[in-house]
Amino acid sequence: MTIDWDWIGSHGSDLTTLTLAHLQAALSAVLFGLLISLPLAVLAHRVRALRGFLLGMSNVLFTIPSIAVFVLLLPVSGLTRTTTVIGLTIYTLVVLLRNTVEGLDSVPQKTKEAAKAMGARPMRTLLTVELPLALPVIMAGVRIATVMSISLVSVATYIGDGGLGQLFTDGFQRNFPTPVIVGVVLTLLLALVADALLVVVQRLLTPWARTRTRKA
Amino acid sequence: MYELFKNLGSWLVSGEQWTGADGIGHRLAEHLQYSLIATLVAAAIALPVGLLIGHTGRGAFVAINLSSFGRALPTVGLVVLVFLASGLSMWPVYIALVALAVPSIVTNTYAGMTAVDPEVRDAARGQGMRAHQVLFQVELPLALPLIMTGLRLALIQVVATATIAAYVSFGGLGRYVFDGLAQRDLVQVLGGAVLVAVVAVVLDLALSGLQRLLFRHRPAALKSA
Repeated sequence: MTIDWDWIGSHGSDLTTLTLAHLQAALSAVLFGLLISLPLAVLAHRVRALRGFLLGMSNVLFTIPSIAVFVLLLPVSGLTRTTTVIGLTIYTLVVLLRNTVEGLDSVPQKTKEAAKAMGARPMRTLLTVELPLALPVIMAGVRIATVMSISLVSVATYIGDGGLGQLFTDGFQRNFPTPVIVGVVLTLLLALVADALLVVVQRLLTPWARTRTRKA
Repeated sequence: MYELFKNLGSWLVSGEQWTGADGIGHRLAEHLQYSLIATLVAAAIALPVGLLIGHTGRGAFVAINLSSFGRALPTVGLVVLVFLASGLSMWPVYIALVALAVPSIVTNTYAGMTAVDPEVRDAARGQGMRAHQVLFQVELPLALPLIMTGLRLALIQVVATATIAAYVSFGGLGRYVFDGLAQRDLVQVLGGAVLVAVVAVVLDLALSGLQRLLFRHRPAALKSA
Protein backbone atom coordinates (compact mmCIF):
# COMPACT_ATOMS: atom_id res chain seq x y z
CA MET A 1 0.00 0.00 0.00
CA THR A 2 1.83 3.06 -1.23
CA ILE A 3 0.82 6.67 -1.11
CA ASP A 4 0.46 8.45 -4.42
CA TRP A 5 1.88 11.87 -3.55
CA ASP A 6 1.05 13.29 -6.99
CA TRP A 7 -2.64 12.65 -6.31
CA ILE A 8 -2.42 14.68 -3.11
CA GLY A 9 -0.60 17.50 -4.90
CA SER A 10 -3.15 17.74 -7.68
CA HIS A 11 -6.17 17.63 -5.37
CA GLY A 12 -5.19 20.37 -2.94
CA SER A 13 -8.23 22.59 -3.49
CA ASP A 14 -10.64 19.61 -3.35
CA LEU A 15 -9.12 18.57 -0.03
CA THR A 16 -9.50 22.09 1.34
CA THR A 17 -13.18 22.21 0.32
CA LEU A 18 -13.88 18.81 1.87
CA THR A 19 -12.03 19.71 5.07
CA LEU A 20 -13.98 22.94 5.47
CA ALA A 21 -17.31 21.19 4.78
CA HIS A 22 -16.32 18.52 7.30
CA LEU A 23 -15.48 21.04 9.98
CA GLN A 24 -18.62 23.09 9.33
CA ALA A 25 -20.90 20.05 9.74
CA ALA A 26 -19.19 18.89 12.94
CA LEU A 27 -19.07 22.31 14.60
CA SER A 28 -22.69 23.18 13.74
CA ALA A 29 -23.75 19.90 15.31
CA VAL A 30 -21.92 20.65 18.57
CA LEU A 31 -23.38 24.16 18.63
CA PHE A 32 -26.96 22.94 18.14
CA GLY A 33 -26.30 20.11 20.58
CA LEU A 34 -25.28 22.66 23.24
CA LEU A 35 -28.31 24.86 22.54
CA ILE A 36 -30.62 21.86 23.02
CA SER A 37 -28.87 20.12 25.89
CA LEU A 38 -28.24 23.14 28.16
CA PRO A 39 -31.93 23.83 28.94
CA LEU A 40 -32.68 20.09 29.05
CA ALA A 41 -29.80 19.52 31.48
CA VAL A 42 -31.00 22.31 33.77
CA LEU A 43 -34.45 20.72 33.68
CA ALA A 44 -33.04 17.25 34.42
CA HIS A 45 -30.96 18.69 37.24
CA ARG A 46 -33.84 20.54 38.90
CA VAL A 47 -36.68 18.09 38.29
CA ARG A 48 -35.60 14.70 39.61
CA ALA A 49 -38.51 12.93 37.95
CA LEU A 50 -37.39 13.99 34.47
CA ARG A 51 -33.76 13.12 35.04
CA GLY A 52 -33.96 9.37 34.46
CA PHE A 53 -36.25 9.84 31.48
CA LEU A 54 -34.06 12.42 29.69
CA LEU A 55 -30.78 10.59 30.32
CA GLY A 56 -32.37 7.26 29.36
CA MET A 57 -33.76 8.71 26.14
CA SER A 58 -30.39 10.12 25.12
CA ASN A 59 -28.79 6.73 25.83
CA VAL A 60 -31.27 4.98 23.55
CA LEU A 61 -30.63 7.53 20.77
CA PHE A 62 -26.94 6.70 21.09
CA THR A 63 -27.52 3.00 20.34
CA ILE A 64 -29.11 3.62 16.93
CA PRO A 65 -26.42 3.09 14.28
CA SER A 66 -25.36 6.45 12.88
CA ILE A 67 -25.92 5.37 9.28
CA ALA A 68 -29.51 4.48 10.19
CA VAL A 69 -30.07 7.89 11.79
CA PHE A 70 -29.03 9.61 8.58
CA VAL A 71 -31.30 7.36 6.53
CA LEU A 72 -34.23 7.88 8.88
CA LEU A 73 -33.90 11.62 8.37
CA LEU A 74 -33.98 11.35 4.58
CA PRO A 75 -37.81 11.61 4.33
CA VAL A 76 -37.64 14.71 6.54
CA SER A 77 -34.72 16.70 5.18
CA GLY A 78 -33.52 14.87 2.06
CA LEU A 79 -29.97 14.52 0.74
CA THR A 80 -28.75 17.76 2.26
CA ARG A 81 -26.28 19.17 4.72
CA THR A 82 -29.23 19.62 7.11
CA THR A 83 -29.61 15.85 7.40
CA THR A 84 -25.94 15.49 8.32
CA VAL A 85 -26.11 18.20 10.95
CA ILE A 86 -29.35 16.90 12.54
CA GLY A 87 -27.96 13.36 12.68
CA LEU A 88 -24.70 14.49 14.30
CA THR A 89 -26.56 16.76 16.72
CA ILE A 90 -28.53 13.75 17.98
CA TYR A 91 -25.24 12.00 18.73
CA THR A 92 -23.74 14.94 20.59
CA LEU A 93 -26.79 15.10 22.88
CA VAL A 94 -25.93 12.00 24.91
CA VAL A 95 -22.47 13.29 25.87
CA LEU A 96 -23.44 16.95 26.29
CA LEU A 97 -26.56 16.22 28.33
CA ARG A 98 -24.86 13.75 30.66
CA ASN A 99 -21.83 15.95 31.27
CA THR A 100 -23.88 19.10 31.83
CA VAL A 101 -26.10 17.34 34.37
CA GLU A 102 -23.03 15.89 36.10
CA GLY A 103 -21.40 19.30 36.07
CA LEU A 104 -24.43 20.90 37.71
CA ASP A 105 -24.54 18.04 40.24
CA SER A 106 -20.91 18.68 41.16
CA VAL A 107 -21.65 22.22 42.41
CA PRO A 108 -21.54 22.03 46.23
CA GLN A 109 -24.90 22.53 47.96
CA LYS A 110 -23.32 25.05 50.34
CA THR A 111 -22.20 27.27 47.47
CA LYS A 112 -25.75 27.37 46.13
CA GLU A 113 -27.09 28.13 49.60
CA ALA A 114 -24.56 30.94 49.95
CA ALA A 115 -25.75 32.43 46.65
CA LYS A 116 -29.33 32.18 47.84
CA ALA A 117 -28.50 33.77 51.18
CA MET A 118 -26.90 36.67 49.34
CA GLY A 119 -30.23 37.25 47.62
CA ALA A 120 -29.59 35.70 44.21
CA ARG A 121 -32.70 34.39 42.48
CA PRO A 122 -32.62 30.88 40.93
CA MET A 123 -31.89 32.20 37.43
CA ARG A 124 -29.05 34.35 38.65
CA THR A 125 -27.62 31.52 40.75
CA LEU A 126 -27.73 29.32 37.66
CA LEU A 127 -26.00 31.80 35.36
CA THR A 128 -23.42 33.28 37.72
CA VAL A 129 -22.72 30.43 40.15
CA GLU A 130 -23.78 27.01 38.95
CA LEU A 131 -22.88 27.14 35.24
CA PRO A 132 -19.41 28.68 35.76
CA LEU A 133 -18.60 26.08 38.43
CA ALA A 134 -19.94 23.30 36.20
CA LEU A 135 -17.90 24.56 33.25
CA PRO A 136 -14.92 22.18 33.52
CA VAL A 137 -17.22 19.14 33.35
CA ILE A 138 -19.37 20.72 30.62
CA MET A 139 -16.26 21.56 28.61
CA ALA A 140 -15.03 17.98 28.97
CA GLY A 141 -18.33 16.99 27.35
CA VAL A 142 -17.93 19.59 24.60
CA ARG A 143 -14.45 18.25 23.84
CA ILE A 144 -15.70 14.66 23.59
CA ALA A 145 -18.70 15.71 21.48
CA THR A 146 -16.51 17.73 19.11
CA VAL A 147 -13.98 14.97 18.55
CA MET A 148 -16.78 12.42 18.16
CA SER A 149 -18.66 14.59 15.63
CA ILE A 150 -15.53 15.19 13.58
CA SER A 151 -14.99 11.45 13.36
CA LEU A 152 -18.68 10.71 12.65
CA VAL A 153 -19.17 13.20 9.78
CA SER A 154 -17.62 10.63 7.44
CA VAL A 155 -20.57 8.27 7.98
CA ALA A 156 -22.76 10.78 6.14
CA THR A 157 -20.86 9.89 2.98
CA TYR A 158 -23.52 7.21 2.41
CA ILE A 159 -26.13 9.93 1.98
CA GLY A 160 -23.98 11.95 -0.38
CA ASP A 161 -22.42 14.35 2.12
CA GLY A 162 -19.79 13.52 4.70
CA GLY A 163 -16.92 15.92 4.03
CA LEU A 164 -13.68 13.96 4.17
CA GLY A 165 -15.70 10.75 4.29
CA GLN A 166 -16.19 11.08 0.54
CA LEU A 167 -12.52 10.20 0.23
CA PHE A 168 -13.26 6.82 1.85
CA THR A 169 -16.01 5.93 -0.64
CA ASP A 170 -13.86 7.19 -3.47
CA GLY A 171 -10.88 5.08 -2.43
CA PHE A 172 -13.07 2.04 -1.73
CA GLN A 173 -14.77 2.14 -5.12
CA ARG A 174 -11.56 2.65 -7.08
CA ASN A 175 -9.46 0.31 -4.93
CA PHE A 176 -7.08 3.25 -4.42
CA PRO A 177 -5.71 3.67 -0.84
CA THR A 178 -4.28 7.21 -1.10
CA PRO A 179 -7.55 9.16 -0.59
CA VAL A 180 -8.48 6.87 2.29
CA ILE A 181 -5.16 7.44 4.07
CA VAL A 182 -5.38 11.20 3.44
CA GLY A 183 -8.98 11.21 4.76
CA VAL A 184 -8.07 9.35 7.95
CA VAL A 185 -5.03 11.55 8.62
CA LEU A 186 -6.92 14.81 7.97
CA THR A 187 -9.82 13.70 10.20
CA LEU A 188 -7.42 12.86 13.03
CA LEU A 189 -5.61 16.19 12.58
CA LEU A 190 -8.88 18.16 12.62
CA ALA A 191 -9.97 16.38 15.79
CA LEU A 192 -6.66 16.91 17.58
CA VAL A 193 -6.47 20.61 16.64
CA ALA A 194 -10.11 21.22 17.63
CA ASP A 195 -9.53 19.45 20.94
CA ALA A 196 -6.41 21.52 21.67
CA LEU A 197 -8.26 24.75 20.82
CA LEU A 198 -11.08 23.80 23.20
CA VAL A 199 -8.55 23.29 26.01
CA VAL A 200 -7.38 26.87 25.38
CA VAL A 201 -11.00 28.12 25.38
CA GLN A 202 -11.61 26.34 28.67
CA ARG A 203 -8.56 27.96 30.24
CA LEU A 204 -9.74 31.37 29.09
CA LEU A 205 -13.26 30.77 30.43
CA THR A 206 -12.13 29.52 33.83
CA PRO A 207 -9.34 31.87 34.90
CA TRP A 208 -9.82 30.92 38.56
CA ALA A 209 -8.82 27.32 37.85
CA ARG A 210 -5.47 28.31 36.42
CA THR A 211 -3.79 28.89 39.77
CA ARG A 212 -4.47 25.29 40.76
CA THR A 213 -2.77 22.47 38.94
CA ARG A 214 -5.38 20.47 37.15
CA LYS A 215 -5.28 17.37 35.03
CA ALA A 216 -7.84 16.74 32.30
CA MET B 1 -45.65 8.12 8.07
CA TYR B 2 -48.34 5.80 9.50
CA GLU B 3 -48.08 3.58 6.42
CA LEU B 4 -44.33 3.34 6.93
CA PHE B 5 -44.68 2.17 10.52
CA LYS B 6 -47.35 -0.35 9.54
CA ASN B 7 -45.04 -1.81 6.88
CA LEU B 8 -42.18 -1.80 9.36
CA GLY B 9 -44.33 -3.71 11.84
CA SER B 10 -45.25 -6.37 9.32
CA TRP B 11 -41.62 -6.59 8.13
CA LEU B 12 -40.44 -7.23 11.70
CA VAL B 13 -43.02 -9.90 12.58
CA SER B 14 -43.43 -11.80 9.31
CA GLY B 15 -42.28 -15.40 9.67
CA GLU B 16 -40.40 -15.67 6.38
CA GLN B 17 -38.36 -12.60 7.27
CA TRP B 18 -36.95 -14.46 10.27
CA THR B 19 -35.81 -17.70 8.60
CA GLY B 20 -33.19 -18.67 6.02
CA ALA B 21 -29.68 -17.34 5.29
CA ASP B 22 -31.06 -13.82 4.68
CA GLY B 23 -33.41 -14.10 7.65
CA ILE B 24 -33.31 -11.95 10.75
CA GLY B 25 -32.39 -14.98 12.89
CA HIS B 26 -29.21 -15.65 10.96
CA ARG B 27 -28.26 -11.96 10.61
CA LEU B 28 -28.82 -11.48 14.32
CA ALA B 29 -26.49 -14.38 15.13
CA GLU B 30 -23.82 -12.92 12.81
CA HIS B 31 -24.21 -9.49 14.38
CA LEU B 32 -23.87 -10.91 17.89
CA GLN B 33 -20.84 -12.92 16.79
CA TYR B 34 -19.00 -9.86 15.43
CA SER B 35 -19.92 -7.71 18.42
CA LEU B 36 -19.13 -10.19 21.19
CA ILE B 37 -15.83 -11.41 19.70
CA ALA B 38 -14.68 -7.83 19.10
CA THR B 39 -15.65 -6.72 22.61
CA LEU B 40 -13.99 -9.76 24.21
CA VAL B 41 -10.75 -9.23 22.26
CA ALA B 42 -10.84 -5.52 23.14
CA ALA B 43 -11.39 -6.36 26.83
CA ALA B 44 -8.50 -8.84 26.77
CA ILE B 45 -6.23 -6.06 25.49
CA ALA B 46 -7.67 -3.08 27.36
CA LEU B 47 -8.33 -4.47 30.86
CA PRO B 48 -4.69 -5.41 31.65
CA VAL B 49 -3.47 -2.10 30.21
CA GLY B 50 -5.99 -0.07 32.23
CA LEU B 51 -5.27 -2.02 35.43
CA LEU B 52 -1.51 -1.65 34.98
CA ILE B 53 -1.73 2.11 34.36
CA GLY B 54 -4.07 2.54 37.31
CA HIS B 55 -2.01 0.35 39.66
CA THR B 56 1.41 1.81 38.86
CA GLY B 57 0.15 5.35 38.21
CA ARG B 58 2.50 5.42 35.22
CA GLY B 59 1.33 6.10 31.67
CA ALA B 60 -1.81 8.04 32.62
CA PHE B 61 -0.93 10.48 29.85
CA VAL B 62 -1.09 7.59 27.37
CA ALA B 63 -4.49 6.45 28.67
CA ILE B 64 -6.06 9.90 28.38
CA ASN B 65 -4.70 10.60 24.92
CA LEU B 66 -5.48 7.12 23.67
CA SER B 67 -9.15 7.68 24.38
CA SER B 68 -9.13 10.99 22.55
CA PHE B 69 -7.32 9.42 19.60
CA GLY B 70 -9.69 6.45 19.52
CA ARG B 71 -12.73 8.71 19.39
CA ALA B 72 -11.20 10.73 16.57
CA LEU B 73 -10.40 7.72 14.41
CA PRO B 74 -13.09 7.52 11.70
CA THR B 75 -14.37 3.92 11.70
CA VAL B 76 -15.47 4.01 8.06
CA GLY B 77 -11.99 5.09 7.00
CA LEU B 78 -10.32 2.44 9.11
CA VAL B 79 -12.54 -0.34 7.71
CA VAL B 80 -11.89 0.72 4.12
CA LEU B 81 -8.17 1.10 4.75
CA VAL B 82 -7.78 -2.37 6.27
CA PHE B 83 -10.03 -3.76 3.54
CA LEU B 84 -7.79 -2.34 0.80
CA ALA B 85 -4.72 -3.66 2.60
CA SER B 86 -5.95 -7.15 3.45
CA GLY B 87 -8.52 -7.93 0.76
CA LEU B 88 -11.76 -9.75 1.39
CA SER B 89 -11.52 -11.05 4.96
CA MET B 90 -13.01 -10.44 8.39
CA TRP B 91 -9.94 -8.45 9.47
CA PRO B 92 -11.30 -4.99 8.54
CA VAL B 93 -14.42 -5.55 10.62
CA TYR B 94 -12.69 -6.93 13.70
CA ILE B 95 -9.78 -4.46 13.65
CA ALA B 96 -12.13 -1.48 13.36
CA LEU B 97 -14.47 -2.74 16.10
CA VAL B 98 -11.63 -3.60 18.50
CA ALA B 99 -10.03 -0.20 17.86
CA LEU B 100 -13.39 1.37 18.69
CA ALA B 101 -13.85 -0.55 21.95
CA VAL B 102 -10.34 -0.44 23.45
CA PRO B 103 -10.25 3.29 24.42
CA SER B 104 -13.56 3.21 26.35
CA ILE B 105 -12.44 0.17 28.35
CA VAL B 106 -8.92 1.48 29.06
CA THR B 107 -10.07 4.92 30.22
CA ASN B 108 -12.88 3.62 32.41
CA THR B 109 -10.67 0.94 33.98
CA TYR B 110 -8.03 3.56 34.66
CA ALA B 111 -10.65 5.96 36.04
CA GLY B 112 -11.98 3.21 38.32
CA MET B 113 -8.49 2.48 39.62
CA THR B 114 -7.69 6.13 40.34
CA ALA B 115 -11.02 6.51 42.15
CA VAL B 116 -9.88 3.95 44.76
CA ASP B 117 -9.26 5.78 48.03
CA PRO B 118 -5.46 6.02 48.53
CA GLU B 119 -5.95 5.40 52.26
CA VAL B 120 -7.59 2.07 51.53
CA ARG B 121 -4.63 1.17 49.34
CA ASP B 122 -2.21 2.21 52.09
CA ALA B 123 -4.15 0.23 54.66
CA ALA B 124 -3.94 -2.87 52.46
CA ARG B 125 -0.21 -2.40 52.08
CA GLY B 126 0.15 -1.72 55.80
CA GLN B 127 -1.47 -5.07 56.53
CA GLY B 128 1.36 -6.68 54.60
CA MET B 129 -0.43 -7.38 51.32
CA ARG B 130 1.79 -7.86 48.30
CA ALA B 131 1.36 -5.72 45.19
CA HIS B 132 -0.66 -8.35 43.33
CA GLN B 133 -2.85 -8.92 46.39
CA VAL B 134 -3.56 -5.19 46.66
CA LEU B 135 -4.41 -5.15 42.97
CA PHE B 136 -6.68 -8.19 42.85
CA GLN B 137 -8.22 -8.15 46.33
CA VAL B 138 -8.59 -4.43 46.97
CA GLU B 139 -8.26 -2.20 43.93
CA LEU B 140 -9.97 -4.40 41.35
CA PRO B 141 -13.13 -5.07 43.38
CA LEU B 142 -13.44 -1.37 44.24
CA ALA B 143 -12.87 -0.33 40.62
CA LEU B 144 -15.27 -2.92 39.23
CA PRO B 145 -18.37 -0.70 38.89
CA LEU B 146 -16.53 1.78 36.65
CA ILE B 147 -14.84 -1.04 34.75
CA MET B 148 -18.28 -2.50 34.03
CA THR B 149 -19.48 0.91 32.85
CA GLY B 150 -16.60 0.96 30.37
CA LEU B 151 -17.43 -2.53 29.12
CA ARG B 152 -21.10 -1.63 28.66
CA LEU B 153 -20.24 1.56 26.79
CA ALA B 154 -17.83 -0.34 24.55
CA LEU B 155 -20.38 -3.05 23.83
CA ILE B 156 -23.09 -0.52 22.87
CA GLN B 157 -20.69 1.27 20.53
CA VAL B 158 -19.53 -2.00 18.98
CA VAL B 159 -23.07 -3.33 18.45
CA ALA B 160 -24.14 -0.06 16.80
CA THR B 161 -21.01 0.05 14.64
CA ALA B 162 -20.95 -3.66 13.66
CA THR B 163 -23.45 -2.48 11.02
CA ILE B 164 -20.37 -1.56 9.03
CA ALA B 165 -19.52 -5.23 8.36
CA ALA B 166 -22.19 -5.15 5.64
CA TYR B 167 -20.37 -2.28 3.90
CA VAL B 168 -17.42 -4.59 3.16
CA SER B 169 -19.78 -7.36 1.99
CA PHE B 170 -20.25 -9.31 5.23
CA GLY B 171 -23.44 -10.06 7.13
CA GLY B 172 -24.97 -8.91 10.38
CA LEU B 173 -27.97 -6.67 10.79
CA GLY B 174 -26.20 -3.98 8.77
CA ARG B 175 -27.06 -6.07 5.70
CA TYR B 176 -30.64 -4.74 5.89
CA VAL B 177 -29.45 -1.15 6.26
CA PHE B 178 -27.06 -1.22 3.31
CA ASP B 179 -29.24 -3.43 1.07
CA GLY B 180 -32.23 -1.23 1.86
CA LEU B 181 -30.17 1.86 0.99
CA ALA B 182 -29.12 0.33 -2.34
CA GLN B 183 -32.68 -0.77 -3.16
CA ARG B 184 -34.28 2.47 -1.88
CA ASP B 185 -36.30 0.30 0.48
CA LEU B 186 -36.83 2.47 3.56
CA VAL B 187 -38.76 -0.21 5.47
CA GLN B 188 -35.81 -2.58 5.29
CA VAL B 189 -33.35 0.13 6.41
CA LEU B 190 -35.61 1.07 9.32
CA GLY B 191 -36.07 -2.59 10.25
CA GLY B 192 -32.31 -3.11 10.40
CA ALA B 193 -31.80 0.05 12.45
CA VAL B 194 -34.54 -0.86 14.93
CA LEU B 195 -33.12 -4.36 15.39
CA VAL B 196 -29.61 -3.01 16.05
CA ALA B 197 -30.93 -0.55 18.62
CA VAL B 198 -32.96 -3.29 20.33
CA VAL B 199 -29.93 -5.62 20.47
CA ALA B 200 -27.78 -2.83 21.96
CA VAL B 201 -30.34 -1.94 24.62
CA VAL B 202 -31.01 -5.60 25.54
CA LEU B 203 -27.28 -6.38 25.87
CA ASP B 204 -26.77 -3.25 27.98
CA LEU B 205 -29.63 -4.28 30.28
CA ALA B 206 -28.21 -7.83 30.50
CA LEU B 207 -24.79 -6.51 31.51
CA SER B 208 -26.27 -4.13 34.06
CA GLY B 209 -28.27 -7.08 35.47
CA LEU B 210 -25.06 -9.10 35.69
CA GLN B 211 -23.39 -6.18 37.43
CA ARG B 212 -26.19 -6.03 40.00
CA LEU B 213 -25.93 -9.78 40.55
CA LEU B 214 -22.17 -9.54 41.10
CA PHE B 215 -22.51 -6.74 43.62
CA ARG B 216 -25.58 -7.90 45.51
CA HIS B 217 -23.52 -8.66 48.64
CA ARG B 218 -21.99 -5.23 48.72
CA PRO B 219 -22.94 -2.40 51.03
CA ALA B 220 -25.13 0.13 49.22
CA ALA B 221 -22.45 2.81 49.42
CA LEU B 222 -20.15 0.80 47.16
CA LYS B 223 -22.76 -0.05 44.57
CA SER B 224 -23.22 3.46 43.37
CA ALA B 225 -19.52 4.25 43.27
